[in-house]
Amino acid sequence: MAGNLLAGRELPAADLEDLAVGAWILGAGGGGNPRHSLLNLRAERARGFRPTLVPPDAVEAEALVAVVSTMGAPLVSEERLPDPEVAARPVRFLEEHLGRRFAAVMSLEIGGANSLQSFLVAARTGLPVLDADCMGRAFPEAQMTTFAIGGLRNHPFCLADIRDNLVIVHRAADWKWQERLGRAAVTEVGSIAATCKAPRTGAEIREWAVHGSVSRAIGIGAAVRRARSAGEDPVAAILESERGLLLFTGKVSDIERRTTRGFLRGTARIAGLGSDAGSELALHFRNEFALAVRDGDPVAMTPEILCVVDSATGEALGTEVIAYGQRVRVIALDVPRILKTEAGLAAVGPRAFGYDLDFRPLFPAPAS
Amino acid sequence: MPPPARPPGEGPGREVRFDLGVDVGGTHTDAALLRDGEVRRAVKKSTSPEVTGGVRRALREAAAGREARIRRVVIGTTHFTNAVLTGEGLARVGAVRVGLPASASLPPFCDWPPELADRVRGPVFQVEGGAECDGREITPLDEEAVAEAGRRIREAGIREIALSAVFAPIEGSHEARAAAILAEVHPEARLTESRQLGRIGLLGRENAGLLNAALGPLAERVAKAFTQALRESGIEAPLFLARNDGAVAEVSTAARTPVLSLSSGPTNSMIGAAHLSGRRDAVVVDAGGTTTDIGCLRAGFPREAPREVEIGGVRTLFRMPDLLSLAIGGGSRVSADGAAVGPGSVGFRLTEAALVFGGSTRTATDLAVAAGRTRIGDPAAVRETPPATVRRFTEVLEERLGEAVDRMKPDAREMPLLAVGGAAFLVPSRIPGISGVEPLPHGAVANAVGAAIARVSGETDRVFHGLDREEAFRQATGQAERRAIAAGADPAGLEVVEREDLPLAYLPGDARRVRVRVVGEAAPAGAVPPAGAERPAVS
Repeated sequence: MAGNLLAGRELPAADLEDLAVGAWILGAGGGGNPRHSLLNLRAERARGFRPTLVPPDAVEAEALVAVVSTMGAPLVSEERLPDPEVAARPVRFLEEHLGRRFAAVMSLEIGGANSLQSFLVAARTGLPVLDADCMGRAFPEAQMTTFAIGGLRNHPFCLADIRDNLVIVHRAADWKWQERLGRAAVTEVGSIAATCKAPRTGAEIREWAVHGSVSRAIGIGAAVRRARSAGEDPVAAILESERGLLLFTGKVSDIERRTTRGFLRGTARIAGLGSDAGSELALHFRNEFALAVRDGDPVAMTPEILCVVDSATGEALGTEVIAYGQRVRVIALDVPRILKTEAGLAAVGPRAFGYDLDFRPLFPAPAS
Repeated sequence: MPPPARPPGEGPGREVRFDLGVDVGGTHTDAALLRDGEVRRAVKKSTSPEVTGGVRRALREAAAGREARIRRVVIGTTHFTNAVLTGEGLARVGAVRVGLPASASLPPFCDWPPELADRVRGPVFQVEGGAECDGREITPLDEEAVAEAGRRIREAGIREIALSAVFAPIEGSHEARAAAILAEVHPEARLTESRQLGRIGLLGRENAGLLNAALGPLAERVAKAFTQALRESGIEAPLFLARNDGAVAEVSTAARTPVLSLSSGPTNSMIGAAHLSGRRDAVVVDAGGTTTDIGCLRAGFPREAPREVEIGGVRTLFRMPDLLSLAIGGGSRVSADGAAVGPGSVGFRLTEAALVFGGSTRTATDLAVAAGRTRIGDPAAVRETPPATVRRFTEVLEERLGEAVDRMKPDAREMPLLAVGGAAFLVPSRIPGISGVEPLPHGAVANAVGAAIARVSGETDRVFHGLDREEAFRQATGQAERRAIAAGADPAGLEVVEREDLPLAYLPGDARRVRVRVVGEAAPAGAVPPAGAERPAVS
């Protein structure tokens, strides 16, 4: 097995549980629930799997990192469940194709179910997991990554299904073509597949990956767990550990959803309670929560993370399950600066989701 | 010779038909005798440790003198829920899943609580086959592997088999073929097939099937005991069991799908509340001794839970009513200042423990008496309660029930609230978003009334490809009707009560998920479902 020489730390079982909780929160209401992947990792741990988490800087400049995800329709992943053996397949094949070994593996996105994909791969390949991703949250499309924002090469790209089908996209004209060709192949093999995106060098990782995102998700999950066991408010714990903002407290008063071209779009309206009484927050979503409008005034928007938490249970609520009558708190969390650059906003700012608005940050850029 | 005397006050004679409903709860066994939809007799008995004893007493008392003129008897019971919660009475189950190479790493039972899995898990097999989301096969079905699984389960001495297949709700031919093979190699086996129980969501549907199989022998014993109790009570009428969706099924059909009766108690209360009030859309609050269940009636039936429902720690995905349970009931303990209500409860010991019954525990019933909401026991026992305590208690009730009621409403519009159950007096008279709180005559036995009047239903929930909307509805309705008839419905006068579709834009081929539910009256005794009628659960 390659890459085990990298210095890192072994993750205890509790960290995997915390990671799943934190990743679901960073998913901003999308990205799919990590529950099935977590079930897999519990079973792998019981069989002796001990994942190692390594910092992005530990990868040598010329070494290669595998970037992995599951691509497909959410409904399909409810029947065709994640499987570490399948997750590892495109990684092994891309190694064969390139004639080179990967030094580490990282997840495409830290938000939602894909956050655990790197660990599923690690369970079968023995690769260390990189403490990084390339979205810093969850987004719906392949060109919505820091690597695409950086204009990095988008190929080769490999996709594997549960049978012995392996597809390699040797070249794609641009990131949008990569997404289109990938979608076509995914549909053919049953609308779900494991992927290994264009490999990244250590140098590219250093410059363009979102660093520390796995630790960030684990930290959020741990804050929630500690608050719960101490009988304290988990939302306050998230805000404290993340220096996040409480945007709104209220009750879901209306919910409207429609599915268009593969996306779940819609609006949740929240009537204010307590100090927000008399106000209304409209939360617009496209797979993820993307824009918050308070009494007609846009107050928070993508790429900054909008997260809705059930006030009673402390659970993050997905855009697919938020429902009338729920008591919720809406919080905002910061994202890496790269997503807020000009190129970043072109890929993942409000206009990329069809909202004709200039991005207005809630979290100012730190003084340089 | 003069004609034989008619029983007094019973109209034109022998053809007068009564419906008898029985609800077996943890504390009480209730019965209600109805004629033309009107409650003629209501009975509340303690549930006996040996449960059929309570049923027998309730049947006798409710039917007394009218045994021969009862048209049908419907029983709803908590037997099955209790078995899952305690793990007692559950059988060991052999599991066969068709779907390899998909989902291989998460086998049947993978997300069960370990203790319950240890009691229920028998041999587990995964074999090749199953369907894609668009109906194509994943791989051809490995028939030899299915047969081998069946032989091994037989050799292990296990009769209960839960069969599941990937995407069986969309394309069930592999699951059906596997069932036929298993029946051939293991003729004594009792089979549960996943597509006939649950929805899309492999583990949740499979878990519903595993629980169903585990409940098989218990369901058979319960059905026999109820049937015997009925005959001993001199009642010849056909027997039905109440189901989660507010409908009933003939006892032998129902006993093959006990999971579909797991939550019949709260459902019966809602159906009963609808009947007693004449309302079809309302919030129903069923306040018992320890908990209060809040549900929502839509077109006369309980709204279904949209997602997984946990039963004894097992996540399941099938027809269950959407319920919110609060740990507040008539027996809830209340703190001295009135601010803490529940979750502790004196339960069935209310009539000895509560202050108004001469006991020493301050319960919600005592505070309700002090507040003048109801008159139970000895009001003098709570006369000294400080007004501030009563006020605080009332505020807590209004806040907690009010919030729970609001969560269960479908939208912001005002709607009526129906308060039923033995502790209905706890429900505040004014709740925001509620047009009026309606107390109901016989509300304390709304569950038994609901059982008595419930109709027979059939449901289908599947994804269609390449059909236009109307054709998809037509096919789905046909399937739901066949299922209703198989469950004992009269084919004449079937009515569609729910009909919804959801275009699945992210799947290829104009995919559309369609759900249709039909209901009808129970077919007359002795009617046989026509040949070709779909059997709801077991081949």
